[in-house]
Amino acid sequence: MVIKVRNCPADCHACIDACDYVHNIPDAEKMPSPRHEIKWIWQDEYKHAFPDQQHEYVEERLKKLPFLLLCNHCDNPPCVRVCPTKATFKREDGIVMMDQHRCIGCRFCMAACPYGSRSFNWVDPRPYIEKQYPEYPIRVRGVVEKCTFCAERLAIGKIPACVEACQNEAKKHGREPALVFGDLEDPESEVRKLLRSHYTIRRKPQLGTGPQIYYIV
Amino acid sequence: MLEKAFVGGRKYWIWMAFLLGVIGLGFIMYLWQWRYGLGLTGMGRDVSWGFYIAQFTYLVGVAASGVMVVLPCYIHNYKPFAKVTILGEFLAVAAVTMCLMFILVDLGRVDRLLNMILHPTPNSILFWDMVVLNVYLFLNIFIGWVALSAERKDVPPPHWIKPFIYISIPWAFSIHTVTAFLYAGLPGRHFWLTAIMAARFLASAFCSGPALLIVFCLIVRKVTKFDPGKDQIRTLGGIVAYAMILNVFFFLLEIFTAFYSQIPGHMHSFIYLFRGLEGHARLVPWMWTFVVFAVAALVLLIVPATRRKLDTLLVGCVCVIIATWIDKGLGLVIGGFTPNPLGKVVEYWPTGPEFLISLGVWATGVLILTALYKIAISVREEAGIYKA
Repeated sequence: MVIKVRNCPADCHACIDACDYVHNIPDAEKMPSPRHEIKWIWQDEYKHAFPDQQHEYVEERLKKLPFLLLCNHCDNPPCVRVCPTKATFKREDGIVMMDQHRCIGCRFCMAACPYGSRSFNWVDPRPYIEKQYPEYPIRVRGVVEKCTFCAERLAIGKIPACVEACQNEAKKHGREPALVFGDLEDPESEVRKLLRSHYTIRRKPQLGTGPQIYYIV
Repeated sequence: MLEKAFVGGRKYWIWMAFLLGVIGLGFIMYLWQWRYGLGLTGMGRDVSWGFYIAQFTYLVGVAASGVMVVLPCYIHNYKPFAKVTILGEFLAVAAVTMCLMFILVDLGRVDRLLNMILHPTPNSILFWDMVVLNVYLFLNIFIGWVALSAERKDVPPPHWIKPFIYISIPWAFSIHTVTAFLYAGLPGRHFWLTAIMAARFLASAFCSGPALLIVFCLIVRKVTKFDPGKDQIRTLGGIVAYAMILNVFFFLLEIFTAFYSQIPGHMHSFIYLFRGLEGHARLVPWMWTFVVFAVAALVLLIVPATRRKLDTLLVGCVCVIIATWIDKGLGLVIGGFTPNPLGKVVEYWPTGPEFLISLGVWATGVLILTALYKIAISVREEAGIYKA
């Protein structure tokens, strides 16, 4: 995935709302503690998204831009390496998947993820879901979850919910969408074209995890 | 021999009843956690392991330290230790049991535990930790029981037990090495990403475990007719002294690398622990308590006069136990998660129920230890191995 940060207005939460809805993600404000928040895709500041790049004189524009954070679907994912039950695994197409029915809730993957992209169901999420989406399972307490690039939608030929919402919102306001999703192995895909023609940065590439979310700033 | 755990005086039964009470309270709290979820604890998305895993890590060290009496006895032929090996082995049994229980109470879906075996995953260090801990538990129960049975019949232990004893020695090192690998191989957790993590763990294990053993030996000396022996306790004191020196030395090595290199990620956790970060300083008093007790322990253990005298040795050992417990049972795990991967400080502190569940697990360990020591000592008292 490529995220064109310039095209992402701070006050737009279309992608986050779409993801939260189709995955039955509990409403953080209703939950007993902010510690228990479940996050698949969320916004944060530059200094938290790229803590190693932060400096005193950083461009004003960057300070104000929202950075969308989600699972990096690493090429060499440490979460998969540490999982004792193969509940999290990498698919052939590169998606790092999560089997919430096999997870024993040891949270080793959360310790291993250098991006804070994994969430644990500290409590039963059901009472805190604003509007239930019957096509996606609601998790039980005690398992880990994260972004799956909408594997359930990809399977039926749809694009991830966040990307679709971003495109719709951009069309409505006559601007370019910020989220671009595609096959990095295909040289003709839009993501590859963007990567060829733009300077992109990734989160903590020095750790060797091979994050597959690219940011155009 | 098991029946010996069921006969005892009034004090013995009051003690056991007290422990059962604490266990019961912990169990009720666990049922609450079972119903509500791990949200009952102070853990959260930023500090996702807490008190349970920290106690687990500390107790793996205590378990591993059994080797510090077995090794001199069987490899160096230091025979006086033959009297105390059983105490070391039974301490290991109680400690490993607590380790496994702390893992169980920390799991979100303990009902799916068998997935670890149904879907074995050799690339996960947790899989190997399960293997080494369970084998170590078996080895110690088996060796301890066979040796004690032989002693009861007043015959030397059977020869076929020797290979098991020799295996148990490297195995003790393996349990703490593998436990260190749980932490030391995670990218992006700078506090844990250190090649000397396993060495540090072993050093801290080999001082905290024998220090506990000394305390137990002194208690046994006082309340029973069995005397583990002054010389044995003093030799253990020497082991504790060396290991504590190494432990503190390794810790200072970490401080040097972090602060001379000035790499922020390497310094942040230390700053959080010892000075506080961004106004968050909950662990600071604890970590300075650790420093005070570590220094006091070093003084009492290095000065020959205070190390040889049993009263001051006891104080030194208690200092070691407190210092190593704070270091491993609080600082290591919480410090590793703070600041979080996004550079934010989210503080953790165990909740009441979380603390009571932990206390319940500790009480279970102490109950097992009391019962096993009771059996071992009754056998010895019967055999007439009284105060030497």
